[in-house]
Amino acid sequence: MKGVMVVCEHLSGEFTDITFEMLGLATSLDSGEVSGVTFGAMGGKSGELGAASNVILAGGGDDFNPETYAAAVKVAVEAHSPGLLLVGSTSMGMDLASPVAAALDLPLVAYCTGIEASGGGFACTSSLYGGKMGVSSQVNSPAVVMVLPGAFDTDAGRVAGSPTVSELTVQESGGKVRFSKLIEPDAGDVDITQSGVLVAVGRGIGSKDDIELAEELAELLEADLACSRPIVDAGWMEKSRQIGKSGFKVKPRVYIALGISGAPEHIEGMKESATIIAINCDENAPIFDIAHYGLAEDLFDVCEELIEELE
Amino acid sequence: MKIAVLLKMVPDLVEELEVDASGKALDTEELKFKLNEFDDHALEEALLLTSEGDDVVAFALDGDGVEKLLFTALAKGASRGVKLTGTQSHGSGGQAAAFGAALSDGEFDLILTGVQSVDDREGQLGPLLAAHLGLPCISVVTGISLDAGVATVNKEYSGGVMAEFEVELPAVLGIQAARQPPRYAPVSKVRQIQQSATLEELVVDSAGPGAGSEVIAMAPPETGEGAKMLDNATALLEVLRAEGVA
Repeated sequence: MKGVMVVCEHLSGEFTDITFEMLGLATSLDSGEVSGVTFGAMGGKSGELGAASNVILAGGGDDFNPETYAAAVKVAVEAHSPGLLLVGSTSMGMDLASPVAAALDLPLVAYCTGIEASGGGFACTSSLYGGKMGVSSQVNSPAVVMVLPGAFDTDAGRVAGSPTVSELTVQESGGKVRFSKLIEPDAGDVDITQSGVLVAVGRGIGSKDDIELAEELAELLEADLACSRPIVDAGWMEKSRQIGKSGFKVKPRVYIALGISGAPEHIEGMKESATIIAINCDENAPIFDIAHYGLAEDLFDVCEELIEELE
Repeated sequence: MKIAVLLKMVPDLVEELEVDASGKALDTEELKFKLNEFDDHALEEALLLTSEGDDVVAFALDGDGVEKLLFTALAKGASRGVKLTGTQSHGSGGQAAAFGAALSDGEFDLILTGVQSVDDREGQLGPLLAAHLGLPCISVVTGISLDAGVATVNKEYSGGVMAEFEVELPAVLGIQAARQPPRYAPVSKVRQIQQSATLEELVVDSAGPGAGSEVIAMAPPETGEGAKMLDNATALLEVLRAEGVA
């Protein structure tokens, strides 16, 4: 059992960042040959997967059908017996890692932010409890490891080349899941990916009415208002304003986080902002680990004081 | 229509988390637990999908607060609450085995659970359970409609992009968000239910296959320098001015 196999994800005809993060990680592990599995028409872009020495075309469409993709990856793993299968801790990866691990009776470790070869297997660190704890596991090889997006450098894996390409024949399976269509997001009134300054509110804002305070501050700073996932799920703000894993990735000049704890899903969407300023009453909130400036005080007091000064 | 909803208690992250003496687990002494918020959305979606004559059955693993959790589910409109006792595992693999044992008779058309929880080191419960039961699974679901043995669901990707899938029932769905915020059950109603309803209990064996992985340490993440901490709003205003935004 040798080598590292990477499940290469794509969206809208492009390989996604997590693919290159995992390829970079795979080459750095020095655990034998690196191979990539890809689907549908992405085989035509195998030259972008130069960090891998071979690319396996697993057929299927470009439809991310979890049932067919998981079946294909299972066949690829059976055929090549890698010591490690890397899958993104992503929407697509979530429906793929578990069925593959279960079908082949392999251990599965999720939310990995660190991994190295250790004792014939791997030592993995998972970011759990909203990013507040790092949990280290010793994992037997072969294993399936889900890699947290944003944890590794994409540059190391973004290498052009000409990997050997092989096609994999996969039996039609199940047929219980059928892809219908992709749905592009509704354009909101503001495109937050283009904003220079963002004021983002999180769960700490407490109630829908209090968002007004953040709105007032945003206006005075000529910033756009954005939010983390729980605010959208609560129905307090539109999805077009959501930052993070299932929302938008933003890189404003200045990002002001109000009452956002900094769960990995949120950080994935804003960590490339040039200057991050976090206000949160919990001084242990993980957002302070990645922020440039922090203020561990009640966000309402701070907002009111800022608004008063700015007016 | 019979829908099973799987509920999990997770540590409340508002509390400070500390590592216990073993160095491998959370110190649960001072820890407060609450319902995994995504599970709350799964319950809400189940209630929205059903009408009179349908069944929504809430399942939860035994543990602190589980009875209140299940009575609250009943107060919100679930028809039955089932507590799973027996060998309990903390890992998501073992939890999937326990829920799998409870659901193996195939009486449910749909099994809903939260898309993920803050402690699922071994992977997410939904797809693990689906693999266990041999059912199709879609995770990160935000919209469901049901018609003649088929669920049409929206699965979220990044950047606000979604895919629509059709899934043959029975199926497992990992819910990201219900189509409306989870309803609230007033304490008085929960108390009332507590006196009139009884919870069911089911002994399950959650001894699944070995995890093949072992926790060796737990610690707050090592971070870089971290933020330069400011003293007050005035200092913050200076930073904003220096950045040219105020």
